Amino acid sequence: MEAQPLAIEIIEAWKSYGNGSGFALKGVSLHVETGEFLALVGTSGSGKTTLLKLVNRLAEPTRGRVLVGGADVSQGDPIELRRRIGYVFQGVGLFPHMTVAENIGVTLTLLGWNETAIEKRVAELLELVRLPQAIAPRLPASLSGGQAQRVGVARALAASPRLMLMDEPFGAVDPITRDALSRDYRALHDALKLTTVLVTHDVMEAVILADRIAVLDEGRLVQEGTPQELLAAPKEAYVKELMAMPRRQAERVRSLQGGARS
Amino acid sequence: MASFDPRVQEAWARLPEYLGAHVALSTSALALGLALSIPLALISVRAPRLRWLLLTAASVIQTIPSLALLALFYPLLLALSLVAKAAFGAQFSALGFLPSLLALALYSMLPILRNTVTGLVGVDDAVKEAALGVGMTPKQSLYRVELPLALPVIMAGVRTASVWVIGTATLSTPVGQTSLGNYIFTGLQTQNWVFVVFGCVAAALLALAVDQLLALFERLIVKRERKKLAAAGAGALVLLLAVGGLSEFAGSGAGYVVGAKGFPEQYVLAALLSQRLNAAGLSAVTRSDLGSAVIFNALVGGDVDAYVDYSGTIWTNTMHRTDTPKRDVVLKEMTDWLKQNYRVKVLGTLGFENAYVLAMRRDRAAALGIRSLDDLAASAPRLAVGGDYEIFGRPEWRALREAYGLSFRQERAMQPTFMYKAVVDGEVDLITAFSSDGEIAEYDLLTLPDPKQAIPPYDAVLLIAPKRSEDARLTGVLQPLIGRIPIERMREANLLVTGGPNQVPPEEAARRLWAAISK
Repeated sequence: MEAQPLAIEIIEAWKSYGNGSGFALKGVSLHVETGEFLALVGTSGSGKTTLLKLVNRLAEPTRGRVLVGGADVSQGDPIELRRRIGYVFQGVGLFPHMTVAENIGVTLTLLGWNETAIEKRVAELLELVRLPQAIAPRLPASLSGGQAQRVGVARALAASPRLMLMDEPFGAVDPITRDALSRDYRALHDALKLTTVLVTHDVMEAVILADRIAVLDEGRLVQEGTPQELLAAPKEAYVKELMAMPRRQAERVRSLQGGARS
Repeated sequence: MASFDPRVQEAWARLPEYLGAHVALSTSALALGLALSIPLALISVRAPRLRWLLLTAASVIQTIPSLALLALFYPLLLALSLVAKAAFGAQFSALGFLPSLLALALYSMLPILRNTVTGLVGVDDAVKEAALGVGMTPKQSLYRVELPLALPVIMAGVRTASVWVIGTATLSTPVGQTSLGNYIFTGLQTQNWVFVVFGCVAAALLALAVDQLLALFERLIVKRERKKLAAAGAGALVLLLAVGGLSEFAGSGAGYVVGAKGFPEQYVLAALLSQRLNAAGLSAVTRSDLGSAVIFNALVGGDVDAYVDYSGTIWTNTMHRTDTPKRDVVLKEMTDWLKQNYRVKVLGTLGFENAYVLAMRRDRAAALGIRSLDDLAASAPRLAVGGDYEIFGRPEWRALREAYGLSFRQERAMQPTFMYKAVVDGEVDLITAFSSDGEIAEYDLLTLPDPKQAIPPYDAVLLIAPKRSEDARLTGVLQPLIGRIPIERMREANLLVTGGPNQVPPEEAARRLWAAISK
């Protein structure tokens, strides 16, 4: 971990897609510590997915700089960069024509691993994300939503990245599965000493999972801090409103529990 | 029971040659079409302007009638061949396989191009982004993700193309490529419906079989059954070579090529020439159903060694003459002209004439008071005339109309086979018949004399290719045919082939003709 610290530094990033729709990011600066779990929160169109994509160069900043592990990403090879960063896609993004095993092993294949080594690593990863080995030869279409999400996480972890980028990874599944998935992932994050950036529109998820939350609104970073800091001292009305939701939910649950006891 | 029909037996006997040539041609064309279309599609997926250009060009090609496209390649290749000869001293055959291959390959491109582009463009953007996100290069993304996902759409295009190519390949017969179309063209000309149906069914079955084979390949690719795919591929290749080789085998060791245009008299005469050569111990094959314009160029180019043409045809269509001097003058000038301009040798006339004549039912002619072309002008505006596909565009027709002041109510082009039925049934009032047709006697039609000699004479002349003009063996064998065939014998032979209860194949008619004239 100390040998090669993989932290992210984004300096004054601006992004325009050049189609007249203005700027998706308006001078965002952000810092992610090694080993940290950061959640990017905001409504759709706030720029959080774009910000995430700057890190592995699926999007390039119009202005500003992005450093990963202290090195400017624009100076290196984007293909090599992406192969050493885990990425979990919105809507899972599994390759429909490949089996579960091939999906998980795809980056390893690209890196030139031999078949036996890939097979062994796929078995490890299935175990890691708590999927049965029997699932390996199946096609993604035959998986449940939760299973597909776990395969997506396993694929991102395949090449043992130190940095994980996750774009709404636990969306589109039922609340119970979602809860199990996110708790399992947080455990993996701790066990594997990963650095994780998670994009979500679900504030509750961010509050429960993340060490630190960054709130985006219309391409601007409006506030960042620990969940406690954001709950205690929201800087803008937008943040206050955003944080009010988990608070209300928690109070309601507490009052129901209290009511049951009495 | 059906197998006792000699026509069915005859059809089966020709199957190896026709099917083999058809398979060899259509698979080569499909392979070439694929080899051109897939890379073009891959390039154009990322270049919208090029894509538009390519698809438009492919669509335009598709709108050219396939027969015309095939025919257009012949003169083009002939010119290229002459250029190649001038530049490198080496010439290639512009007849048959090559023009058919190129035209069919072009024809196959639209469905393959369009489906490949559509398939690739249609791959979900999220999946393409995922491919980049896991660290694929654009090329890896194309081969590992986009192409496999577009495969069903691409294969649908390939299958459409294969059915088109196999069907259209039947039209390569007139440019000198043997195919299942030989059944259809010969059958139509000789009213041999067994042949026509046989050819159509064979082509349809072949198309279905290839379509199913491609479907099998697709299933194996999708299931990634590499071993089975390799086995199926190897099996198909062996089958292909075997069937394609049938035709090679059937036509192996051919020394001389005798050409024939696409009508019964030509089949009989070509068969007669081949039989005479074979009888003298020289091997010879016949290439039938060549277009009028194609066959002369093929003779000049050396793809055909000998064939029978008609002096009037050469006079008007090749020499572009509009005057109509006496018969001897036409023959003499034509012989000199062909020798000087093309080094083509006119061995001589066969002894009969196959001229354009206007023919009509006797009762109809009597009712209108028509005895010769001179009497026709007054009634012409009320009459419909039927003719073959060529006549109404030929200079002879213009000359005839001008000489007699003819202006018909309607000019209907039709298959010569149906012309006689049409005039007998009264669908048209008169037809442009051929003087050596057996049907003139069969239906007792009146042929109208041409007192002004507006139509040139059409003596059957035996032409020898430039490269064979000094070939003493060839000319020695064919010389005895000169001046030997009277018009009555030719009509008998033609009638034997075109129908009636005692219909026989051209080869048999040729044997009987020889038996009759060699006494």
